[in-house]
Amino acid sequence: MTPPREISYAAAIREAFATCLARDPSVVLMGLGVSDPKGFFGTTINLHLEFGEDRVMDMPCAEAGMTGVALGAAVNGMRPVINHQRLDFALLSMDQLCTQAAKWRYMFGGKERVPLVMRAIIGRGWGQGPQHSQSLQSWFAHIPGLKVVMPATPHDAKGMLIAAIEDDDPVVFLEHRWLHHLTGPVPEGHYTVPLGPTRTARSGDKVTIAAMSYMVIEALEAADRLAAEGIEAEVIDVRCLRPLDRESLIQSIWRTGRLVVADGAWASAGMSAELIASISESAFGALKAAPKRVCLPDCPTPTSPSLAADYYPRAGHIAAAVREVLDLPPNDADLLVPAGVELDKPNPAFTGPF
Amino acid sequence: MPRHLASASAAAALATATATSTAMTPMTPSIPSAQLELATSLLRSMERIRLVEEAIADRYSRQQMRCPVHLSIGQEAAAAGVCAALRADDLAMSGHRSHAHYLAKGGNLDAMIAEMHGRATGCCGGRGGSMHLIDRAAGFLGAVPIVGSTIPIATGLAFADKQRGIQRVTVAFLGDAATEEGVFHESLNFAQLHRLPIIYACENNLYSVYSPMRVRQPDTRAIHQIAAGHGLRTLHGDGNDALAVHALASDAAASARAGEGPVFLELATYRWREHCGPGWDNHIGYRTEEEYLAWRALDPIARLQKRLTDAHAFDATAYATEIKAIQVEIDRAFAAAEAAPFPANASMADHVYAAA
Repeated sequence: MTPPREISYAAAIREAFATCLARDPSVVLMGLGVSDPKGFFGTTINLHLEFGEDRVMDMPCAEAGMTGVALGAAVNGMRPVINHQRLDFALLSMDQLCTQAAKWRYMFGGKERVPLVMRAIIGRGWGQGPQHSQSLQSWFAHIPGLKVVMPATPHDAKGMLIAAIEDDDPVVFLEHRWLHHLTGPVPEGHYTVPLGPTRTARSGDKVTIAAMSYMVIEALEAADRLAAEGIEAEVIDVRCLRPLDRESLIQSIWRTGRLVVADGAWASAGMSAELIASISESAFGALKAAPKRVCLPDCPTPTSPSLAADYYPRAGHIAAAVREVLDLPPNDADLLVPAGVELDKPNPAFTGPF
Repeated sequence: MPRHLASASAAAALATATATSTAMTPMTPSIPSAQLELATSLLRSMERIRLVEEAIADRYSRQQMRCPVHLSIGQEAAAAGVCAALRADDLAMSGHRSHAHYLAKGGNLDAMIAEMHGRATGCCGGRGGSMHLIDRAAGFLGAVPIVGSTIPIATGLAFADKQRGIQRVTVAFLGDAATEEGVFHESLNFAQLHRLPIIYACENNLYSVYSPMRVRQPDTRAIHQIAAGHGLRTLHGDGNDALAVHALASDAAASARAGEGPVFLELATYRWREHCGPGWDNHIGYRTEEEYLAWRALDPIARLQKRLTDAHAFDATAYATEIKAIQVEIDRAFAAAEAAPFPANASMADHVYAAA
């Protein structure tokens, strides 16, 4: 039996687009740079040559207006995907996305539908700084009418993007830029991963680590380290923030009794708070210790690489949090940075820029 | 006189010039015989809109319509004239002051009145209210109150039609203040870039809530000149002359339909009643009684009726019969709305998502 095909997360995104563009003539991609020579971090490369610049369409530097155009096109029979190379630019379109698209079905009494995808890149590193790195998934997850997904694996990236494009509601699709180069098994052809259920990335019985997007990768590394000490952590990949599969988390907490939430965003009023609140409301009796959050420090992202080690939460922070909820003594080794590892780079081969 | 008024339209200039003088007689050119039928139909359309809105105003104090209402009384010619130049399958969107556009485009009166009453039979099932009107069967694809927000969405309707080869024109109704929003400029740029079949119909009534033009826009250029700056074909004129509006809109629709790109239409007009609500607000100090009276003299309904009379084409008996029929229709719509059920509480969260 041949081993499953492995491709990168970025290639999986491109495959999802190619699959949808080929299957459905109403699918159209818009976004600054979707047809540029870099191909949007490689995720859309040369799709415009294959499907035409009418369907893989560069656009004016007008995020709000173009989100409205995408909404109007969605209302009028198309399935547009609007792409932002940084989530920060999507904030220019909050009226069109949150006040218009998210409400359109509801406020017109269920008579309309908005099959719209807003795709944005989030994440850290290489000097993204205060205005190129915001992970504001909690903003969107606050809004009824939107769906918010942030897959962590190439398999889910392709399957959830196809599901998002085929969905009849507006979907916010968030990709952490450090995931793009990671590889994993990805089926060829068309398949979907439902928008909603969590994924158990690793089973364990001592503690539940609920993680999102790139923090799933860090959580799995933390779980590996802890396993070497005999501590089996369950890692739940919260790959969809809205609708949120609270039930699977509750079940996990009833098994483990302990919860650490890892979110590459700020803690205050964020998704990590929502997850802990949900568990506190529904499974308080299952908790054997107070839950912990592993999130960003409460300040904007500094650019200097010298501040990366203290800014970005990583596996060591998650391991340390697990020790706390298990009432174990701290281990100074958790936060050691191995020689040669640079925390503002997604992998050793990377030499910038994004 | 501020330049934006001087260049806006004859009507606006006339109104401003006469604001301090006494009575004025608007120009009443005779109606060509080929247009008598159109004029009669425009008069009826405007009268129906006004009677509906006056009925809303009269009954608002009953506290049954528990939502903001923005009346277009005085501005009927723009809605009636533009929509009469459209085909039934053409599309339209609007903003907060949308009753007139909805009705002129053929929107369902019963569904509109029921929506304003928050009833399950409303065009949004009670989720929207006066500021969220929709009637897909009539090609009226929505109105929302966030200023300027439907301009890009309507642009997207036209974009989808062009992409899919559907021969149809979209009209985005907007007010003068919406031209100050960023999405207005973003949309015009995109529409011209892709030569989309859309008409941006701007009703310039000189006020955004209580803020006059002088605090919002420079007096060194007219609104339609902004659109011209984006490369659009622009037309402008007297928004209180239904026949003139119809002629401009027909011209705009013809060129948009012929694939010649978007057209911007600026129509000078004026709202008589308060910004939001059924009342009058000349006493609160943001505009003068004189200005109001000057515009009131430009009443689009009275003017068209006089021109039809002058052309010996106004049948007072037939008109009275029609008005009576409209009033019966309105009374029936209100009675039906007040008797209609409210949405079930259990349905509160329906329609948030497709599956719900």
